[in-house]
Amino acid sequence: MIKKGDDKAMIDGDAEILFNHQVNHDTWLLGLKRSEPAVTMKPGQFVMIRVRSGMDPLLRRPFSVCAVEKDHFKVLYRRVGKGTEIMTQAKPGENFQVLGPLGEGFVLPEEERLPVLVGGGIGVAPLFFLARLLYRRNLEFMMGFRSAGDIIPFDELRLPNHRWSVSTDDGTAGHAGFVTDLLLLYLDKNRGLPLSLFACGPRPMLKKTAETAITYGIPCQVSLESAMACGFGVCQGCAVKTAPQESSAYHYVCRNGPVFPAEAIDWEAL
Amino acid sequence: MFFPTPDLTTLLGPLELKNPVITASGTFGYGLEYEPLVNLKALGAIVVKGLSLKPISGNPPPRIVETACGMLNAIGLANIGLEAFLKDKLPRLREIDTRVIANIYGHHIEEYGELAKALKGVEGVHALEVNVSCPNVERGGMAFGIDPVIAARVTETVVRNTDKPVIVKLSPNVTDITLVAKAVEGAGADIISLINTITGMAVDIESRTPKLGNIFGGLSGPAIKPVALRMVYQVARAVKIPLIGMGGIMDYRDALEFLIVGAQAVEIGTANFVKPGASQSVVEGLSKYCVDHGVKRIGEIVGSLK
Ligand SMILES: Cc1cc2nc3c(=O)[nH]c(=O)nc-3n(C[C@H](O)[C@H](O)[C@H](O)COP(=O)(O)OP(=O)(O)OC[C@H]3O[C@@H](n4cnc5c(N)ncnc54)[C@H](O)[C@@H]3O)c2cc1C
Ligand SMILES: Cc1cc2nc3c(=O)[nH]c(=O)nc-3n(C[C@H](O)[C@H](O)[C@H](O)COP(=O)(O)O)c2cc1C
Ligand code: FES
Repeated sequence: MIKKGDDKAMIDGDAEILFNHQVNHDTWLLGLKRSEPAVTMKPGQFVMIRVRSGMDPLLRRPFSVCAVEKDHFKVLYRRVGKGTEIMTQAKPGENFQVLGPLGEGFVLPEEERLPVLVGGGIGVAPLFFLARLLYRRNLEFMMGFRSAGDIIPFDELRLPNHRWSVSTDDGTAGHAGFVTDLLLLYLDKNRGLPLSLFACGPRPMLKKTAETAITYGIPCQVSLESAMACGFGVCQGCAVKTAPQESSAYHYVCRNGPVFPAEAIDWEAL
Repeated sequence: MFFPTPDLTTLLGPLELKNPVITASGTFGYGLEYEPLVNLKALGAIVVKGLSLKPISGNPPPRIVETACGMLNAIGLANIGLEAFLKDKLPRLREIDTRVIANIYGHHIEEYGELAKALKGVEGVHALEVNVSCPNVERGGMAFGIDPVIAARVTETVVRNTDKPVIVKLSPNVTDITLVAKAVEGAGADIISLINTITGMAVDIESRTPKLGNIFGGLSGPAIKPVALRMVYQVARAVKIPLIGMGGIMDYRDALEFLIVGAQAVEIGTANFVKPGASQSVVEGLSKYCVDHGVKRIGEIVGSLK
């Protein structure tokens, strides 16, 4: 079922930067303080950040919420272009204009199903938040990175009953190969176990995960990315093609998502 | 200290607004989406997303790409269709104390007439804004607004079928915009708004493919402001009917430039994405400017270019 974002909770305002530190060669962790309680944010939801005032870059950048504390929330971001480069320069005490929380987050897994989180690269960000929320439960968290140096060193976040495994494309750490290989190995070893999949990462990885989940008949939620102008359902710029059985030709990543049931998306068109 | 409140009331021919600040079509949804972020009552008017007779699902993605100080969009005029607008959106919009302008577009001239007819007498819709920048199916997809003769026929068709003020929104993708402006004035338009987006494209150098699914898109944002301003200046000298200027307005200073060259009102577009409160800030900024400069009525600024 595709829902609409709850825009009652959406707020636009200045958020003070509490910290902005580098965690590996191209990834930073940003702490943002807001006047209103951050606790209304749900895993899978995102915010639109204006990286600086002025006209270039013009549009805000979407980022998942990676963690929520009492008075602030965290964003884990990768430096990939102009906007994220500017973000790395921001100092504690300065402000970002932040719009959010936005979108539909993950639907929490049923009690009898073991959550399996599959993250590719910076796609692990919203999954950290989800894992934290499921701290009481056993879960599997699989993360794929290109190389050992890309691993996000958050070992201190690991909870005793959460099993983490890592893959690298070049084999420099963990399993050599893709994170979807880890997933397939796991599924083959654990046939018949009731599972619930949660995935975020590059589109080819999501596609493979979604197709695997559909083949194995496992419920699967994926968090998608798309270029965005508004972030709350106005510009209609973030369209993704829907699977044929859906009632509309396109879903909007910002409002109907970013989290979708795997079977709602037309993976061939993506 | 005593601060007189300046009079921002704006008269656009038959259409009266409480102030000259309007939100542009396609950048403000159906208005209601902005309720948590903007005091809608503070606005002169809201122009809703371009409406067609039937719902339209739009172009294949990617639909937007950021460019220097602007963005390209190829949304494909996706909208819920007139019927759903009347049923699901308008009743709530009616409760808001502002003017609502329906932006309409057709795939052929008759569709414009049908839309105008369907909106005739509809309470809560205070004017029609006619988008002539969309592809004319009968002319191989060439935009209606490129040809003065066809733009005039669209205008005439709408005027004949409506009881509401008619705004014709011009395309900037022409050699001489004054020719189209005069043609639609002659065909009975009450007001002209300009400019719509400027056609452009962007290329991904790694894949060597267009960055937009539709190849071409419409450029908007600060990058187009100088072009928009020049066109408003030209049209203000070519026609007698009131003008609504737009293109890259980010704050009240930009808005003032449009008023000074001869627009009676302005529309705020892309800025609504960057700063959701932009439209309301422009109203506040204009008011403050008037106070600071001893301007009693906003109309004193219109066309005041020296
Ligand atoms: C819902 C959502 C959640 C996201 N969460 C995170 C996160 O937690 N951490 C993180 O590092 N990144 C995240 N991203 C991706 C992030 O938005 C982009 O990496 C960022 O916008 C790049 O900006 P830039 O100026 O550095 O890059 P540029 O390439 O210079 O950006 C140019 C334009 O393309 C857009 N763009 C580029 N890459 C992406 C992308 N992958 N997705 C969407 N728009 C893009 C930019 O927003 C900008 O408008 C998320 C994207 C979405 C849609
Ligand atoms: C995403 C997007 C969608 C738009 N949709 C419409 C539309 O449906 N009808 C229309 O007449 N103009 C549409 N426009 C054009 C704007 O109303 C406006 O004319 C243009 O963007 C220039 O103003 P700006 O630079 O302030 O955005 C759209 C613009 C954008 C950016
Ligand atoms: S980003 Fe504007 S509709 Fe999704």
